[in-house]
Amino acid sequence: MAEFWSGYALPGAIIVAQILVIIVPLLGAVAYLTLAERKVIAAIQLRKGPNVVGPFGLLQPIADGVKLLLKETVIPSGANPVVFVIAPMLTFMLSLIAWAAIPFDLGLVLADINVGILYLFAISSLGVYGIIMAGWASNSKYAFLGALRSAAQMVSYEVSIGFVIITVLLCVGSLNLTEIVLAQENMWFFIPLFPMFIIFFVSGLAETNRSPFDLPEGESEIVAGYFVEYSSMSFALFFLGEYANMILVSAMTSVLFLGGWLPPFDVAPFTWIPGPIWFAGKIGLCLFVFLWVRATMPRYRYDQLMRLGWKVFLPFSLFWVVLTAGVLMATGWVPR
Amino acid sequence: MNGQLTTMLSEYLPILIFIGIAGGLALVLVLASLIAGRQKPDSEKLSAYECGFEAFDDARRKFDVRFYLVAILFIIFDLEVAFLFPWAVTLGEIGMFGFWSMVVFLGVLTVGFIYEWKKGALEWE
Repeated sequence: MAEFWSGYALPGAIIVAQILVIIVPLLGAVAYLTLAERKVIAAIQLRKGPNVVGPFGLLQPIADGVKLLLKETVIPSGANPVVFVIAPMLTFMLSLIAWAAIPFDLGLVLADINVGILYLFAISSLGVYGIIMAGWASNSKYAFLGALRSAAQMVSYEVSIGFVIITVLLCVGSLNLTEIVLAQENMWFFIPLFPMFIIFFVSGLAETNRSPFDLPEGESEIVAGYFVEYSSMSFALFFLGEYANMILVSAMTSVLFLGGWLPPFDVAPFTWIPGPIWFAGKIGLCLFVFLWVRATMPRYRYDQLMRLGWKVFLPFSLFWVVLTAGVLMATGWVPR
Repeated sequence: MNGQLTTMLSEYLPILIFIGIAGGLALVLVLASLIAGRQKPDSEKLSAYECGFEAFDDARRKFDVRFYLVAILFIIFDLEVAFLFPWAVTLGEIGMFGFWSMVVFLGVLTVGFIYEWKKGALEWE
């Protein structure tokens, strides 16, 4: 019995506590990201944004959450109920579990697996299933069209994301996320790999179905796309999933290109600030750019979207993989 | 501590527990709203949304073959990315021979890519 406690129950409880330490602030961040989005866009458009519920509208996300919780769950009569209900849950689950491999500081990571970046790549690729399931199970034309568009868009941009990750791996020589960050101690990768940084970020916008690539939602033509039939908490789960994915893409950008938890300069005033705060700051910066882009860019047309993905990003990132490898080989900088 | 779990697999245990907790949280949220919200379905409410009309026909109908084509092209390139992963990590050990082997492979792939571009497989009008 004693062995059961010290061998299984105690380590298990520690892991559960660690997971809650990740999930709870993450969900808080997601809730306040929705408010930040409305506030930032309002500021850009010279409006005030939500300011009625609580001081400066700070209780708005809670009011939204309670409202969605109390709404009726509508499952359309033509829908496939099981798949219809599972789809948002899957999207939400996938957007959370990717965080298991993200390092917040040196050694501050839930699962320090040696294939960390591969795990993130796999989980973010699985996101397309939730959308396809939602679009198909709804049995509604708008949902179906939105899901088709979304799936084609996500897989198209995933290819260039893959190539961008390869260029980073070439410079690191490891799939472990902690080592990817540590390899940037002298220089963050966004300086030598600047074009890849831009491609990664833009592909991240497309991958999360964010403006200017929000065609799957395209409210002016297919009303809301794949989640048009959803209501109540099922809708909220899609919403939370989308925003959690935005934070995840920002975190991946920070880890791959902006030096994760590392301070910009390894000198006194910068090193006083703990790593997780630097990391959160970089994520916040990326998220601000997400919102800034949404407030300023018009939506792409679908053929432009596909052209950008397949005819610009794909050949360019493929070329950059060969170039990076060639330069590393020629100069003997290949990590061993 | 416990000898049964090897170190390699025990690194994945937190992920497994994480999947369980995340799935459980999603389930709890949906069930909570089912209990908390007032459920009053009627046939109009449950019909598929189509801008106020009755649904004209089934939504699961033919769709553009180009979506299918994109999926096929994706498989080719994503497999290639998967193939590049081990190469990128071990480039230091496999040296010049490994580098040129991959350049030849990517060259063959580029020929295929140019072909599909010229064939118009990437066009969306």
